[in-house]
Formats: sequence, structure tokens, C-alpha cells
Amino acid sequence: MSETLSEKRKIKSGKKMRDIMTTYYLDAMTAGQNNKQVAWITSGGPVEPLVAMDIIPIYPENHGAMIGASKMGEDLCIKAEDMGYSSDLCSYARADISCSIVKGGPIGGLPKPDMLICCNNICGTVLKWYEVQARYYKVPLFILDTPVCHTRYSPEIARYVRTQIDEYIAFLETMTKRKFDYEKMARVGKLAYEAQQLWQKVLNTTAHKPSPMSAFDAFFFLALIVTLRGTQIAVDFYKELLKEMEQRIKDGISMVPDEKYRLLWDNLPVWYRLKWLSQKFSDHNACLVADTYTSAWCGAIKYTDENNFLDSMAEAYTMIYLNIGVDQMADQVLDMIKFYDADGFVMHSNRSCKPYSFGQMDIMRIVREKTNIPVLMIEADMVDPRSFSQSQIETRIDAFMEIIKQRNN
Amino acid sequence: MKEINIFCEAIKDVSVVASKIKAGQKKIIGYLCSYAPEELIYAAGFHPMRLFSSKSDIVMAEQHLQAYCCSLVRGVLEDSLSGRLDFIDGAVFPHTCDSIQRLSDIWRMNGKYEFFADVVLPAKLNTQSARTYMKDVLTKFKKDLEAAVGKEITNADLEGSIKKFNFIRKNLSKIYELQSQTPGIIKGADLYAIVKGSMVMDRDEVADLLPAIVANLEKVDVPQKSVKRIVVSGSICDSPDIYTAMEAAGGVIVGDDLCTGQRWFEGEILDDENPINAIATRLLDRIICPAKHSTPTARGENMVSLAKKNRADGVIFMLLKFCDPHAFDYPYLKEFLDKEGIKNMLIEMDDQQQNSGQLATRFETFIHMI
Repeated sequence: MSETLSEKRKIKSGKKMRDIMTTYYLDAMTAGQNNKQVAWITSGGPVEPLVAMDIIPIYPENHGAMIGASKMGEDLCIKAEDMGYSSDLCSYARADISCSIVKGGPIGGLPKPDMLICCNNICGTVLKWYEVQARYYKVPLFILDTPVCHTRYSPEIARYVRTQIDEYIAFLETMTKRKFDYEKMARVGKLAYEAQQLWQKVLNTTAHKPSPMSAFDAFFFLALIVTLRGTQIAVDFYKELLKEMEQRIKDGISMVPDEKYRLLWDNLPVWYRLKWLSQKFSDHNACLVADTYTSAWCGAIKYTDENNFLDSMAEAYTMIYLNIGVDQMADQVLDMIKFYDADGFVMHSNRSCKPYSFGQMDIMRIVREKTNIPVLMIEADMVDPRSFSQSQIETRIDAFMEIIKQRNN
Repeated sequence: MKEINIFCEAIKDVSVVASKIKAGQKKIIGYLCSYAPEELIYAAGFHPMRLFSSKSDIVMAEQHLQAYCCSLVRGVLEDSLSGRLDFIDGAVFPHTCDSIQRLSDIWRMNGKYEFFADVVLPAKLNTQSARTYMKDVLTKFKKDLEAAVGKEITNADLEGSIKKFNFIRKNLSKIYELQSQTPGIIKGADLYAIVKGSMVMDRDEVADLLPAIVANLEKVDVPQKSVKRIVVSGSICDSPDIYTAMEAAGGVIVGDDLCTGQRWFEGEILDDENPINAIATRLLDRIICPAKHSTPTARGENMVSLAKKNRADGVIFMLLKFCDPHAFDYPYLKEFLDKEGIKNMLIEMDDQQQNSGQLATRFETFIHMI
């Protein structure tokens, strides 16, 4: 019997990825029993030295995404508000902070950290959030301070961040009471580099028309490049995923049936409405072929020297998408619009993420001036559904798609 | 008294202050953060001016910043775009928070003024490498200023500037000290005017005026009244009505943890062979802002000691809506105060619209309670 069309469209690697993530969280949950230490780390933080030191990295932001996707965000956010945290604060932070206390969420809370690693290349919020957790768990906090490169990676910034990489290593040596393994670090660095390259290649496959996957799939498959970067598991998985995408292209399998319009997405996903949004765009034969979010985990690869990972990681971690000027961000958006041949640009104005969202209106203006493609801005929040007005957003998407259809006919 | 009146007049219309300064052929550099290295700006021969929002309606800034951006950031951008800040010649952004980080980008991309600088200070202040970086960034800023002014900033220039700012800060500290000793010795609205004026007016003039105010306050004999001693905490608190409403309710502000208060002026710049190092050291060691990191409990400890030192009957958190760094710290600062039995209250405000009637009621309720 032949597969039905919708079965054919389903990405087969999805099951494998779920299995890997389950194993990863089980390992983390039982870390203490296996004499392993757990470090909580920010999503943009340098995980490779942790992997080299056999410390299990845990990502509260990935956990935040899980909370959002399992629609448990509202309840946990309200609990944080009851603790005195303003409802205007980042919903990842709110959900995580209350989850630590009530042990809620889809996996009953995260394993207790032995240390906290905070890199402020994504926002100033993580600095405050990790201070909260440092007080709560009473564990050491290491901060990798990556000054914002509004216009360039200056020599002062380069010196400062490079010195901190050594401080980071010294911190890990103190925490583990072991010498840092530089040889293992070199191997981990190579694996991280390879996985990032593969992830970029996976994302690049969507330049094909029709696109073999959508940004909604990228949001899902992103988890490994974030959490298991620097391991063979991530490399092997993305090799397989890339193969599957290439095969889909060969077989002419698209993610969106009868793809006619190609859109670019900006900002974090709306985790609790992924399915609805995906269906909504799909109904218009529109595929979100790419996004500025998932590419952030390979966007700075050009600064990485796989043979000199430790030295080059300072620049690679400082020059990520959110830590540069709005004009440079706009340039990257313009490149993506061209590369993916996008017909429209959808911006999620995300109440939770100020460094991502402020400046969006200027990027919108630049995109309009330079490309002439329609831009839609929807206001929502990545985890807290109280900021999501479905009927309003639906009307706006319909109107936006109407304009795109008229322009393309 | 006449010196205080000069401050009160000055803050009524900052553009008048600006035109006087410009008449003296001085260029004006604006900023929104108490970490802005004013000493360097002054040493370069520019006038450092803290920017406040004129609280006009947000119209043009709507095209750049969403409604969930704090009212101070939107308000100042509105002033810039609508021409109300045309008297400044440039601005410096010392990296404050996520919102001001993006304001800096939008500001730079608009390119309205002759001078622009991002002085991206470290976010953590408790390590040797952060210390080195702080000096590096200040040195770089000094070069930028030299290029703008077309002459070298000498050590003598810097030392003169440091002396000036130490003098101003010492006098402001003294006035606060007197107010804490004898609450009500100076009206809250006057104190507000003096502090705000010291951030916008010509610093030479400020330095001339302050000693007379101190001398006068030291002389006056005010009977000790039974008032409630209040400490306020937050970012900016840019409204004289707040101080008046507090007094009407029977409270006097005897100390603060504000960006436009003691966080800005406390802490002397100590002697150092290298004046840049001296400035850097003060910035690293001064009372910390929540957007920076020293230890996870630094602000809590500081809050408690500030309240105790001033024998506060209560602490009022005056937080700007959408200000993340302060909102993140509030629950733990409250916990620290609660543990010490220090009564406290939270007021969330909007810099653009202040409902003084409601504010007065809340102050009254709190002050009657403590």
C-alpha cells in the first residue's frame, strides 16, 4: 500500500529526535546518581567547554519552549506573578522561575543545577533571571559578558571576551576539581562546528521550491543544535536530517501542499499556537520557509575556526544575531529574503523579548524600502497566551495573504 | 532661597538652560544613564546633560518602538524625533538595558546629531577583566571625544573635571545627609529640583550654587517634626508632584536608591596617577544599578543598609512600567526588607502620565499604615 500524501509529508527524523531529547532529559534527571554535574546555561551560551568537561548542560530556555508548546505557560506565568514578578517580564523567565518552586511543567521541573552559566549575548534579561536562580539554588554563577557590537567587534571587546573564556575554563576546573581537557575541547569544538554547518545546510534546503520543510519544523529540529552541540549525536542526527531533506527535494515532497508563497519569519515562535499558525499559512498555500531565530545557532559560524575553537569562540559568541546593531540585523534579513526568495515577511512582535522586538519597526521600514515585499507584524508572546488575540491575528494574516496573492498573480 | 530658586527655574524648561550653555559656545552631549562618564564629556569641553522625557504624547516614536517599551525610552525618542532636543549636539549611550540598547541603534540610524558614541560598559563589574575592559572603553571614549573636539584631553583637564564632579557630588550628599538628619529641612520638590538641575545645568554654575545651599541648611533651625521617614527605590523619579504628595501624606524622603539620586551622585572619585583609572574605579565600585552585576545579593544588602542607615519607616518602590531590570529585582528586594521588618510598597508608574490623585491616596494609605 502506498503512503497517503500527509504521511509522506511527515518528516521521518522527527521520531528519532524525540527519542534523543527524551534520553537527554532522562540523563539529566539522573545526573546526580551517576556522579555527573549539571550546569544551567543560556541558549546563546558557550556549551562546548561543558561538554568537554562532561558536565550536563541544561537549557532553561529550551524548557521554556517546552512549557509553551505544552500550553502550560499561562499557569506558570501567573504563579510567578503571584511571587511578585511583573507580567511584563520575559515569559521564559517567569515560567522557569515559578517552575523551580512548584516543580510544574511538562517534565516536572528541571534537575537542580550545580552551577549556572549565563552569557548575556542574547539579552540583559538572562543576567537578572540567572541571579534569581543563583539566589534560589545557592550555586555559583559564571557570567560571560559579551558587550553589544552595535557597529563592530572592537579590539577592546575582543580582549575582554577572550580573557573571559579562560576565566570560564578556570571556573569549570574549580567546579569539577579537574584539569580542563584541552584535547577533548578541540574534538568537541570540531563536532560543534560540524553540527552548525550541517544545521545551516538543513536550513538552506528550504531555498528549494517547493520547500521540503518549514520554519515550524526548524523550530522543532532546533532543539539538538541548542542542547547537544559539540556531541557526535548532534552531528549524526543532522546528517540524517539533511539526507532526508535532500531526498524530499528529489522526490518533490513539499511541507506545504501546493506551495505558492514563501514567507520569512522573524523572532521567536509562538510556541502555544504553532499548529494553528502553521495550518493558517498552509491554508493560504504559504510556507514559512525560513526564520531569523533558528539560524542564530549557525549565523556566527563564519567567525569560528574549527582548528582553533577556543580562540575564535569569543568572536563567534559575541557576534550573534541579537548582539549586533539593528542595521546589521536588517542586512541579514535582506540577505535571507533574497536567498530564500521570500514573497513576504512576518514579524512576531514578542512582548517577552525586548532586544529582539525593539528595532523591528526599523527593520520593517528598511525591508519595505529595499525589497518592496509586504511585511506583517503580529503582536504576541512566545509562551504567555494571554497576549495572543486569535481572531485579530487571523484577520491580519488573511489580509496580508490577500495582498501577497494579488501581487503574485 | 535664591540659589534653590535658580534650580527650580532651570528645570522648568531645559531648552532655556541649553540655549544659555550654547551661547557660551559649548556643545551639549546628552545621555540617559547614570553610568555615562560625565567627567570625560566635561573634560573635553562639552556640556554633559542628562536627558529626561518632556512627557509629550507619543506620536513619532510609535513608528520605532512598540507600546511595551518603557515610557522613558519612548518619551526621549519622541523628543528627539519631534525636534524638542535639537539643542543637543550629540549623545552617548553607555549600554544600560535591552531597551536603551535598541534606542541607541535607532538613534544612531536616524543620525540626527553631529556626535554619537556607544560606550558599551561591562555588564558585570566584579572581575579583574571587567575592570580592564572598563578602562579600555573609557580610553576609547576619550579618543572619540578628542576627535570630536579636535584637541587632546590632558590629564590636567581630567583632574580638573574629576575635582568638579567630586565637589558637586559631595555637596549633594551633604544636602541628603542634612535632610536625613532633620527630615523636612528642605522641601521635597526643592530637593528634586536641585538634583535634577545638577544633571542638566552648567556644572560650574551648579558647583557655585550648591555650597550656599548647604551653608544655609546647616544654619536653619527647623524643629524636629513627627514625620514618617521614607526611602524610595527605582530608576528615575521625574516628578516633583511625587515629593509633594509624599509630604502631604506625612512622609519625607530621607534617602533613595534612584538612578536620578544617590546611585548617581554617591561615591567619590579617588586619587590615581591615571585619571581614567580613577573614573573607572568609581563606576565599578559605586552603588550598583540592577542592569549590572556584582554579586547576586548586592542590591538587597545595599537596600537594607540604606533603609537602616536612614532609619526608614518605610521603603517605596517607584518602578517604571516595562523596566525589566528593576522588575526582576523587586521580589527579592522586598523579601530582604520583609525579613528585616521594614515596611514597603510597590508603585508601578508611567513616566508619561502620572495620576497624582491616585498616587496621593496610595502614599497616604501606606504612611498611615507604617
